[in-house]
Amino acid sequence: MGTDRGTGHGVANMSWITKVRNSLGSLGKRDTPDNLWTKCPSCAEMVFTQAWEDNLSVCPRCGHHGRVGAQARFAQVLDPGYTVLPAVTVPENPLNFRDSKKYSDRLKAARAANPFPDALTAAEGAIDGHAAIVAVQDFAFMGGSMGMAVGEAFVRAAERAVERKCAFVMFTAAGGARMQEGILSLMQMPKTTVALRRLSRAGLPYIVVLTDPTTGGVTASYAMLGDVHLAEPGALIGFAGQRVIRDTIREKLPDGFQRAEYLREHGMVDQVVPRSELRATLARLLDYLTRKDVA
Amino acid sequence: MISFLDFEKPIADLEARIAELRATAENGQLDIASEIDKLEKKSAALLKSTYAKLSPWQKTQVARHPQRPHFLDYVDHMFEDFMPLGGDRRFGEDEAILGGPARLNGRKVMLIGHEKGHDTASRLKHNFGMGKPEGYRKAVRLMEMAGKFGLPVITLVDTAGAFPGVEAEERGQSEAIARSTEACLSLPVPMVAVIVGEGGSGGAVAIASGERVLMLEHAVYSVISPEGASSILWRTPDKAADAAEAMKVTAQDLLSLGVIDRIVAEPLGGAHRDVTATASALASAIGEELDGLSGLAPAELTARREERFLKIGRG
Repeated sequence: MGTDRGTGHGVANMSWITKVRNSLGSLGKRDTPDNLWTKCPSCAEMVFTQAWEDNLSVCPRCGHHGRVGAQARFAQVLDPGYTVLPAVTVPENPLNFRDSKKYSDRLKAARAANPFPDALTAAEGAIDGHAAIVAVQDFAFMGGSMGMAVGEAFVRAAERAVERKCAFVMFTAAGGARMQEGILSLMQMPKTTVALRRLSRAGLPYIVVLTDPTTGGVTASYAMLGDVHLAEPGALIGFAGQRVIRDTIREKLPDGFQRAEYLREHGMVDQVVPRSELRATLARLLDYLTRKDVA
Repeated sequence: MISFLDFEKPIADLEARIAELRATAENGQLDIASEIDKLEKKSAALLKSTYAKLSPWQKTQVARHPQRPHFLDYVDHMFEDFMPLGGDRRFGEDEAILGGPARLNGRKVMLIGHEKGHDTASRLKHNFGMGKPEGYRKAVRLMEMAGKFGLPVITLVDTAGAFPGVEAEERGQSEAIARSTEACLSLPVPMVAVIVGEGGSGGAVAIASGERVLMLEHAVYSVISPEGASSILWRTPDKAADAAEAMKVTAQDLLSLGVIDRIVAEPLGGAHRDVTATASALASAIGEELDGLSGLAPAELTARREERFLKIGRG
């Protein structure tokens, strides 16, 4: 398990990585001393933040793939000149939900801390010349959780792919459905599936890139309906949470359980792809899966 | 013998008193008929007032009542000639999800649903209604068969959730659920889904994505169990009642949110007090829904289904 780890160095692709770094520009707050160093969440190595980002947020020491937000992801996989699709509007806090905090306050806090107003953001552009809509779920925004805004943004992204007659590439990351939206979050499972049926009827490819972590209702809907499933090394991917499973079976979970490599072994993922090779892999796939009669 | 839920204790106490009086009357020849009559009226009134204002958490308990009718009870009480078909043709047979052709008032249908079991042996056999990937893949198989042979699909949804276990994950629980939801949405025949007990998360939606979704009056349908929401959002197991309230899990709430289309009334005191009456109300409701959908072209049916789910969140 985890044999792909440690191969995530982007040396061969340094030229485009440099481009990516330049296009990231003022994204990181690298001028503050706090952000000068990044600690690898896996091996605890202290890495100069600049070097961490140059290496696509992959630890140069252990190959751990750190989490990546929408902006950085777009810059990593899309050719320069892409356009971020406008954010969607959906009814806010439809259940007037509150747990220990009001949901509307949680949303406000998440928006203050993140560049986009909810957890799924899409952009249109090209991957090495192949037209694509790329959507990214950001774990930093309320655990990437799927509520009405995520579902609607997903549907719009798929619809835009149909309009442009191009591929749809989805980077998944979520703890699951957004519980504060109750049943309305659950309804995003069939809703997003409807959008994928339309994309499929149009003869357009849908490629899923499973990133850490992808669980719950997201895995049990659009994350598992791709023509091709790629996954990043070591990503946690599953339906049920490990604590729930442990409580149900009352025994130790197998090594590497619910990791990307484990899903590959069990036939759920086509390839585990290190981040440094992701853009090239996507470009090759899009080349194979684009039909002349559609374009 | 009905088993009482915690919140029904005052009713249970009255019923016990009535039983006692009856026994006394039989033994001692005492004429206490009027006293019994009075208590019975009181008990009936109390049952009525209690069930008229059940909280979401109380409804959750009614929906999980050990004597609540399950799939096989409905097979006995409202369908004729059910032919259970087994296996996913890939790995195995999962008795948490049952299905096969049946007749509803003479109409040929494909019936699919969760079975929870009613005693220890049958609960184990049916894995408490928690489906595994092979169960959902069997559902896909049966839905595709229904499409091929023109049988409308009826699903009876009743699960705490899909089974959370190592082997379920290994065999692709997520993929199986996603494909089952997709199979619902792809059907060229009418589909009527009924939440009859618990509609627990992805394991429910996988066979509930029809163009018409009905709920029994005291059934619940939610993204996570109230207990689960309590431990995740409140970080304590004790807030399940608050979580049930906040998540809007009742048929009445879901109708107003546009998530379901119709509520089927239960007999006073819940479906478990009169299975025959429940089944009969359900049979006529489903029959009416199928009448309303008959004659629609496959493209019209899938278009309705797609529109139904796309509009959620565009309100």
